[in-house]
Amino acid sequence: MSAARGQVHLWIVQRVTAMLLAVAVTVHLVTILLAVRGGLSAAELLGRLQGNAAWLCFYAVFALAAGLHGAIGLRNIAGESLGWRGRGFDLAWLGIGLLTALFGIRAAWGLYAA
Amino acid sequence: MPTPERGATLEVSIWRGGAEGAMRTYQVPARENQTVLDIVTYIQRELDPSLAYRFACRVGMCGSCAMTVNGRARWTCRTHASRVVGPDGKLELRPLANLPVIRDLATDMAPFFDKWAKAGGRFQPKDAKDGAVPEEFAVVPPTSKQRQEADAGIECIGCGVCYASCDVVAWNPDYLGPAALNRAWTLVNDVRDGARAERMEAVAGDAGCHSCHSTQSCTERCPKQLDPSASIAGLKRRLFWDTLLGRRG
Repeated sequence: MSAARGQVHLWIVQRVTAMLLAVAVTVHLVTILLAVRGGLSAAELLGRLQGNAAWLCFYAVFALAAGLHGAIGLRNIAGESLGWRGRGFDLAWLGIGLLTALFGIRAAWGLYAA
Repeated sequence: MPTPERGATLEVSIWRGGAEGAMRTYQVPARENQTVLDIVTYIQRELDPSLAYRFACRVGMCGSCAMTVNGRARWTCRTHASRVVGPDGKLELRPLANLPVIRDLATDMAPFFDKWAKAGGRFQPKDAKDGAVPEEFAVVPPTSKQRQEADAGIECIGCGVCYASCDVVAWNPDYLGPAALNRAWTLVNDVRDGARAERMEAVAGDAGCHSCHSTQSCTERCPKQLDPSASIAGLKRRLFWDTLLGRRG
Protein backbone atom coordinates (compact mmCIF):
# COMPACT_ATOMS: atom_id res chain seq x y z
CA MET A 1 0.00 0.00 0.00
CA SER A 2 1.39 3.40 -0.94
CA ALA A 3 2.09 5.93 1.79
CA ALA A 4 -0.57 8.28 0.41
CA ARG A 5 -3.17 5.50 0.51
CA GLY A 6 -2.41 4.78 4.17
CA GLN A 7 -2.72 8.50 4.92
CA VAL A 8 -6.12 8.63 3.21
CA HIS A 9 -7.24 5.64 5.30
CA LEU A 10 -6.16 7.40 8.50
CA TRP A 11 -8.07 10.50 7.39
CA ILE A 12 -11.18 8.44 6.70
CA VAL A 13 -10.92 6.66 10.06
CA GLN A 14 -10.70 10.04 11.78
CA ARG A 15 -13.79 11.37 9.98
CA VAL A 16 -15.85 8.22 10.58
CA THR A 17 -14.84 8.09 14.27
CA ALA A 18 -15.83 11.78 14.53
CA MET A 19 -19.32 10.85 13.35
CA LEU A 20 -19.50 8.00 15.87
CA LEU A 21 -18.22 10.26 18.64
CA ALA A 22 -20.87 12.88 17.92
CA VAL A 23 -23.53 10.28 18.77
CA ALA A 24 -21.56 8.53 21.53
CA VAL A 25 -20.68 11.73 23.42
CA THR A 26 -24.33 12.84 23.31
CA VAL A 27 -25.51 9.49 24.73
CA HIS A 28 -22.71 9.66 27.30
CA LEU A 29 -23.64 13.18 28.50
CA VAL A 30 -27.36 12.41 28.66
CA THR A 31 -26.57 9.24 30.62
CA ILE A 32 -24.46 11.23 33.10
CA LEU A 33 -27.26 13.75 33.61
CA LEU A 34 -29.82 11.02 34.18
CA ALA A 35 -27.55 8.76 36.26
CA VAL A 36 -26.59 11.38 38.85
CA ARG A 37 -30.24 12.20 39.63
CA GLY A 38 -30.55 9.18 41.84
CA GLY A 39 -27.11 9.66 43.40
CA LEU A 40 -24.01 8.14 41.88
CA SER A 41 -23.14 4.83 43.53
CA ALA A 42 -21.22 1.71 42.58
CA ALA A 43 -24.34 -0.38 43.03
CA GLU A 44 -26.30 1.85 40.67
CA LEU A 45 -23.52 1.70 38.05
CA LEU A 46 -23.30 -2.06 38.24
CA GLY A 47 -27.08 -2.31 38.11
CA ARG A 48 -27.04 -0.60 34.77
CA LEU A 49 -23.94 -2.13 33.21
CA GLN A 50 -23.42 -5.59 34.68
CA GLY A 51 -24.32 -8.27 32.16
CA ASN A 52 -25.76 -5.71 29.76
CA ALA A 53 -24.39 -6.52 26.29
CA ALA A 54 -25.90 -3.37 24.71
CA TRP A 55 -23.98 -1.06 27.06
CA LEU A 56 -20.82 -3.13 26.65
CA CYS A 57 -21.13 -2.81 22.89
CA PHE A 58 -21.77 0.95 23.16
CA TYR A 59 -18.74 1.60 25.37
CA ALA A 60 -16.48 -0.64 23.28
CA VAL A 61 -17.34 1.32 20.12
CA PHE A 62 -17.04 4.60 22.05
CA ALA A 63 -13.59 3.69 23.41
CA LEU A 64 -12.36 2.48 20.04
CA ALA A 65 -13.56 5.64 18.28
CA ALA A 66 -12.10 7.93 20.97
CA GLY A 67 -8.73 6.14 21.00
CA LEU A 68 -8.27 6.20 17.25
CA HIS A 69 -9.68 9.70 16.76
CA GLY A 70 -7.43 11.20 19.42
CA ALA A 71 -4.28 9.44 18.23
CA ILE A 72 -4.79 10.43 14.59
CA GLY A 73 -5.43 14.01 15.66
CA LEU A 74 -2.21 14.04 17.70
CA ARG A 75 -0.39 12.52 14.70
CA ASN A 76 -1.50 15.47 12.55
CA ILE A 77 -0.47 18.02 15.17
CA ALA A 78 2.92 16.33 15.65
CA GLY A 79 3.48 16.21 11.87
CA GLU A 80 2.70 19.87 11.41
CA SER A 81 4.36 21.37 14.46
CA LEU A 82 7.23 18.96 15.20
CA GLY A 83 7.84 17.51 11.75
CA TRP A 84 7.22 13.94 13.02
CA ARG A 85 6.26 12.36 9.71
CA GLY A 86 6.62 8.96 8.10
CA ARG A 87 5.42 5.40 8.32
CA GLY A 88 7.21 4.67 11.60
CA PHE A 89 5.44 7.55 13.36
CA ASP A 90 2.12 6.56 11.77
CA LEU A 91 2.39 3.01 13.07
CA ALA A 92 3.38 4.31 16.51
CA TRP A 93 0.33 6.60 16.64
CA LEU A 94 -1.92 3.78 15.48
CA GLY A 95 -0.48 1.63 18.28
CA ILE A 96 -1.07 4.39 20.84
CA GLY A 97 -4.65 4.80 19.58
CA LEU A 98 -5.40 1.09 19.84
CA LEU A 99 -3.76 0.85 23.26
CA THR A 100 -5.83 3.77 24.56
CA ALA A 101 -8.93 2.12 23.14
CA LEU A 102 -7.97 -1.15 24.80
CA PHE A 103 -7.85 0.52 28.24
CA GLY A 104 -11.39 1.81 27.71
CA ILE A 105 -12.68 -1.50 26.41
CA ARG A 106 -11.07 -3.32 29.34
CA ALA A 107 -12.87 -0.99 31.76
CA ALA A 108 -16.20 -1.58 29.99
CA TRP A 109 -15.61 -5.33 30.07
CA GLY A 110 -14.73 -5.14 33.75
CA LEU A 111 -18.12 -3.56 34.53
CA TYR A 112 -19.96 -5.99 32.26
CA ALA A 113 -18.35 -9.07 33.76
CA ALA A 114 -18.18 -7.80 37.37
CA MET B 1 -7.34 57.20 3.88
CA PRO B 2 -8.81 60.67 3.09
CA THR B 3 -7.85 62.50 -0.12
CA PRO B 4 -4.17 63.39 0.30
CA GLU B 5 -3.16 67.05 0.55
CA ARG B 6 -0.91 68.51 -2.10
CA GLY B 7 2.67 67.65 -1.29
CA ALA B 8 1.72 64.84 1.10
CA THR B 9 3.94 61.76 1.10
CA LEU B 10 3.59 58.10 1.98
CA GLU B 11 6.20 56.32 4.06
CA VAL B 12 6.81 53.06 2.23
CA SER B 13 9.08 50.43 3.75
CA ILE B 14 10.22 47.66 1.42
CA TRP B 15 12.12 44.44 1.94
CA ARG B 16 15.56 44.68 0.31
CA GLY B 17 17.70 41.59 -0.13
CA GLY B 18 17.14 37.86 -0.54
CA ALA B 19 16.51 35.40 2.29
CA GLU B 20 18.68 37.74 4.38
CA GLY B 21 18.04 41.43 4.13
CA ALA B 22 16.41 44.43 5.79
CA MET B 23 13.59 46.90 5.34
CA ARG B 24 14.37 50.19 3.63
CA THR B 25 12.08 53.20 3.77
CA TYR B 26 11.15 55.54 0.90
CA GLN B 27 9.07 58.71 0.77
CA VAL B 28 6.62 58.57 -2.12
CA PRO B 29 4.22 61.36 -3.21
CA ALA B 30 0.66 60.54 -2.18
CA ARG B 31 -1.78 60.81 -5.06
CA GLU B 32 -5.52 60.63 -5.15
CA ASN B 33 -5.43 57.65 -7.47
CA GLN B 34 -2.54 55.24 -7.15
CA THR B 35 -2.21 51.51 -6.83
CA VAL B 36 0.40 49.75 -4.73
CA LEU B 37 2.08 48.73 -7.99
CA ASP B 38 2.19 52.43 -9.04
CA ILE B 39 4.02 53.17 -5.79
CA VAL B 40 6.59 50.41 -6.35
CA THR B 41 7.09 51.54 -9.95
CA TYR B 42 7.59 55.14 -8.78
CA ILE B 43 10.27 54.02 -6.34
CA GLN B 44 12.11 52.01 -8.97
CA ARG B 45 11.94 54.74 -11.64
CA GLU B 46 12.50 57.81 -9.51
CA LEU B 47 14.24 56.80 -6.29
CA ASP B 48 16.07 53.49 -6.52
CA PRO B 49 16.55 51.71 -9.86
CA SER B 50 18.05 48.67 -8.12
CA LEU B 51 14.66 47.64 -6.65
CA ALA B 52 13.58 44.24 -8.00
CA TYR B 53 9.89 43.41 -8.45
CA ARG B 54 7.73 41.66 -10.99
CA PHE B 55 4.71 42.74 -13.01
CA ALA B 56 3.36 42.40 -16.54
CA CYS B 57 -0.26 43.22 -17.43
CA ARG B 58 -1.16 45.82 -14.74
CA VAL B 59 -4.85 44.93 -15.11
CA GLY B 60 -5.32 41.83 -12.94
CA MET B 61 -4.92 39.20 -15.61
CA CYS B 62 -1.38 37.85 -15.46
CA GLY B 63 -0.96 37.15 -11.75
CA SER B 64 2.67 38.26 -11.55
CA CYS B 65 2.58 41.29 -9.23
CA ALA B 66 1.45 39.69 -5.97
CA MET B 67 3.29 40.86 -2.83
CA THR B 68 2.74 41.01 0.90
CA VAL B 69 1.10 44.37 1.56
CA ASN B 70 0.92 45.37 5.23
CA GLY B 71 1.20 41.71 6.23
CA ARG B 72 -1.33 40.37 3.77
CA ALA B 73 -0.82 38.84 0.30
CA ARG B 74 -2.50 40.90 -2.44
CA TRP B 75 -2.33 41.56 -6.17
CA THR B 76 -0.74 44.98 -6.18
CA CYS B 77 -1.93 46.20 -9.60
CA ARG B 78 -5.55 46.11 -8.46
CA THR B 79 -4.98 47.23 -4.90
CA HIS B 80 -5.68 50.92 -4.50
CA ALA B 81 -3.31 52.57 -2.02
CA SER B 82 -6.23 54.23 -0.24
CA ARG B 83 -7.53 50.78 0.73
CA VAL B 84 -4.35 49.67 2.45
CA VAL B 85 -2.47 52.77 3.67
CA GLY B 86 -3.36 53.54 7.26
CA PRO B 87 -4.12 57.01 8.64
CA ASP B 88 -0.41 57.27 9.53
CA GLY B 89 0.45 57.20 5.81
CA LYS B 90 2.60 54.06 6.18
CA LEU B 91 2.85 51.10 3.85
CA GLU B 92 4.94 47.95 4.29
CA LEU B 93 5.79 45.75 1.30
CA ARG B 94 7.43 42.35 1.44
CA PRO B 95 7.77 39.49 -1.03
CA LEU B 96 5.14 36.73 -0.99
CA ALA B 97 5.45 34.32 1.94
CA ASN B 98 6.08 30.56 1.57
CA LEU B 99 8.29 31.03 -1.51
CA PRO B 100 12.05 31.53 -1.85
CA VAL B 101 12.98 35.19 -2.29
CA ILE B 102 15.10 35.93 -5.36
CA ARG B 103 15.63 39.58 -4.51
CA ASP B 104 13.57 42.34 -2.89
CA LEU B 105 9.92 41.85 -3.91
CA ALA B 106 10.51 39.10 -6.48
CA THR B 107 9.97 35.50 -5.34
CA ASP B 108 10.91 32.30 -7.12
CA MET B 109 7.54 30.90 -8.28
CA ALA B 110 9.04 27.58 -9.42
CA PRO B 111 7.96 25.53 -6.34
CA PHE B 112 4.43 26.90 -6.78
CA PHE B 113 4.15 25.85 -10.44
CA ASP B 114 6.03 22.58 -9.88
CA LYS B 115 3.24 21.64 -7.50
CA TRP B 116 0.64 22.41 -10.17
CA ALA B 117 2.38 19.84 -12.35
CA LYS B 118 2.65 17.40 -9.44
CA ALA B 119 -1.09 17.70 -8.76
CA GLY B 120 -1.81 16.63 -12.35
CA GLY B 121 -2.65 20.18 -13.43
CA ARG B 122 -2.23 19.41 -17.13
CA PHE B 123 -5.33 18.70 -19.22
CA GLN B 124 -5.12 15.25 -20.80
CA PRO B 125 -7.65 14.89 -23.64
CA LYS B 126 -9.58 11.63 -23.39
CA ASP B 127 -9.88 11.32 -27.17
CA ALA B 128 -6.23 12.02 -27.93
CA LYS B 129 -3.94 10.39 -25.39
CA ASP B 130 -0.82 11.28 -27.33
CA GLY B 131 -1.61 14.98 -26.87
CA ALA B 132 -2.98 15.48 -30.39
CA VAL B 133 -5.91 17.82 -30.97
CA PRO B 134 -9.20 15.86 -30.92
CA GLU B 135 -11.00 15.76 -34.26
CA GLU B 136 -14.34 16.98 -32.95
CA PHE B 137 -15.30 19.70 -30.48
CA ALA B 138 -16.60 18.23 -27.24
CA VAL B 139 -20.06 19.43 -26.31
CA VAL B 140 -20.30 20.19 -22.59
CA PRO B 141 -23.71 21.55 -21.54
CA PRO B 142 -23.14 24.77 -19.51
CA THR B 143 -25.86 23.76 -17.06
CA SER B 144 -24.38 20.35 -16.25
CA LYS B 145 -23.21 19.92 -12.64
CA GLN B 146 -19.65 19.03 -13.61
CA ARG B 147 -19.33 22.02 -15.93
CA GLN B 148 -20.55 24.31 -13.15
CA GLU B 149 -18.09 22.79 -10.67
CA ALA B 150 -15.25 23.32 -13.15
CA ASP B 151 -16.40 26.85 -13.99
CA ALA B 152 -16.32 27.82 -10.31
CA GLY B 153 -12.55 27.38 -10.15
CA ILE B 154 -11.39 27.95 -13.71
CA GLU B 155 -10.54 31.66 -13.53
CA CYS B 156 -7.37 31.21 -11.47
CA ILE B 157 -4.56 33.48 -12.70
CA GLY B 158 -1.81 31.70 -10.76
CA CYS B 159 -0.81 34.74 -8.70
CA GLY B 160 0.22 32.67 -5.65
CA VAL B 161 -1.76 34.80 -3.16
CA CYS B 162 -3.57 31.71 -1.80
CA TYR B 163 -0.31 29.77 -1.57
CA ALA B 164 1.37 32.58 0.37
CA SER B 165 -1.65 32.84 2.70
CA CYS B 166 -1.87 29.13 3.49
CA ASP B 167 -0.72 27.99 6.96
CA VAL B 168 -0.53 24.36 5.86
CA VAL B 169 2.04 25.25 3.17
CA ALA B 170 4.11 26.93 5.90
CA TRP B 171 3.87 23.82 8.13
CA ASN B 172 4.40 21.19 5.44
CA PRO B 173 6.66 22.17 2.52
CA ASP B 174 5.40 19.15 0.53
CA TYR B 175 1.77 20.30 0.65
CA LEU B 176 0.54 21.00 -2.88
CA GLY B 177 -1.33 24.13 -1.85
CA PRO B 178 -4.72 25.66 -2.68
CA ALA B 179 -4.06 26.73 -6.30
CA ALA B 180 -2.74 23.35 -7.48
CA LEU B 181 -5.57 21.47 -5.76
CA ASN B 182 -8.15 23.90 -7.15
CA ARG B 183 -6.73 23.30 -10.61
CA ALA B 184 -6.91 19.53 -10.09
CA TRP B 185 -10.57 19.82 -9.05
CA THR B 186 -11.47 21.76 -12.21
CA LEU B 187 -9.89 18.97 -14.30
CA VAL B 188 -11.54 16.20 -12.26
CA ASN B 189 -14.83 17.83 -13.29
CA ASP B 190 -13.79 18.24 -16.92
CA VAL B 191 -15.68 15.52 -18.81
CA ARG B 192 -13.19 15.76 -21.70
CA ASP B 193 -10.26 14.80 -19.48
CA GLY B 194 -8.90 11.26 -19.43
CA ALA B 195 -6.44 11.36 -16.53
CA ARG B 196 -8.88 11.47 -13.63
CA ALA B 197 -7.66 8.34 -11.83
CA GLU B 198 -3.99 9.38 -11.86
CA ARG B 199 -4.91 12.89 -10.75
CA MET B 200 -6.98 11.65 -7.81
CA GLU B 201 -3.98 9.59 -6.68
CA ALA B 202 -1.70 12.64 -7.05
CA VAL B 203 -3.86 14.80 -4.78
CA ALA B 204 -4.49 12.17 -2.06
CA GLY B 205 -2.73 12.00 1.29
CA ASP B 206 -0.77 14.33 3.57
CA ALA B 207 0.89 16.24 0.73
CA GLY B 208 -2.49 16.62 -0.95
CA CYS B 209 -6.02 17.60 -0.06
CA HIS B 210 -6.12 15.65 3.21
CA SER B 211 -3.86 18.12 5.01
CA CYS B 212 -6.21 21.06 4.42
CA HIS B 213 -7.72 22.42 7.66
CA SER B 214 -10.46 24.31 5.80
CA THR B 215 -9.51 27.56 7.54
CA GLN B 216 -10.19 29.22 4.19
CA SER B 217 -7.48 31.89 4.10
CA CYS B 218 -7.15 30.99 0.40
CA THR B 219 -10.82 31.69 -0.22
CA GLU B 220 -10.72 34.86 1.88
CA ARG B 221 -7.71 36.28 0.03
CA CYS B 222 -8.17 35.07 -3.55
CA PRO B 223 -8.27 38.27 -5.63
CA LYS B 224 -10.46 36.50 -8.20
CA GLN B 225 -12.99 35.53 -5.50
CA LEU B 226 -12.49 31.84 -6.20
CA ASP B 227 -13.08 29.26 -3.49
CA PRO B 228 -10.09 26.85 -3.43
CA SER B 229 -11.24 25.64 -0.02
CA ALA B 230 -14.47 24.31 -1.57
CA SER B 231 -12.48 22.67 -4.39
CA ILE B 232 -10.29 20.90 -1.81
CA ALA B 233 -13.42 19.80 0.08
CA GLY B 234 -14.71 18.40 -3.22
CA LEU B 235 -11.54 16.36 -3.69
CA LYS B 236 -11.76 15.03 -0.12
CA ARG B 237 -15.41 14.07 -0.58
CA ARG B 238 -14.68 12.31 -3.86
CA LEU B 239 -11.73 10.40 -2.39
CA PHE B 240 -13.76 9.47 0.71
CA TRP B 241 -16.45 7.73 -1.31
CA ASP B 242 -14.04 6.34 -3.94
CA THR B 243 -12.01 4.71 -1.17
CA LEU B 244 -14.98 3.40 0.82
CA LEU B 245 -16.69 1.99 -2.26
CA GLY B 246 -13.47 0.53 -3.67
CA ARG B 247 -13.51 2.68 -6.80
CA ARG B 248 -9.81 3.65 -6.65
CA GLY B 249 -8.56 0.52 -8.34
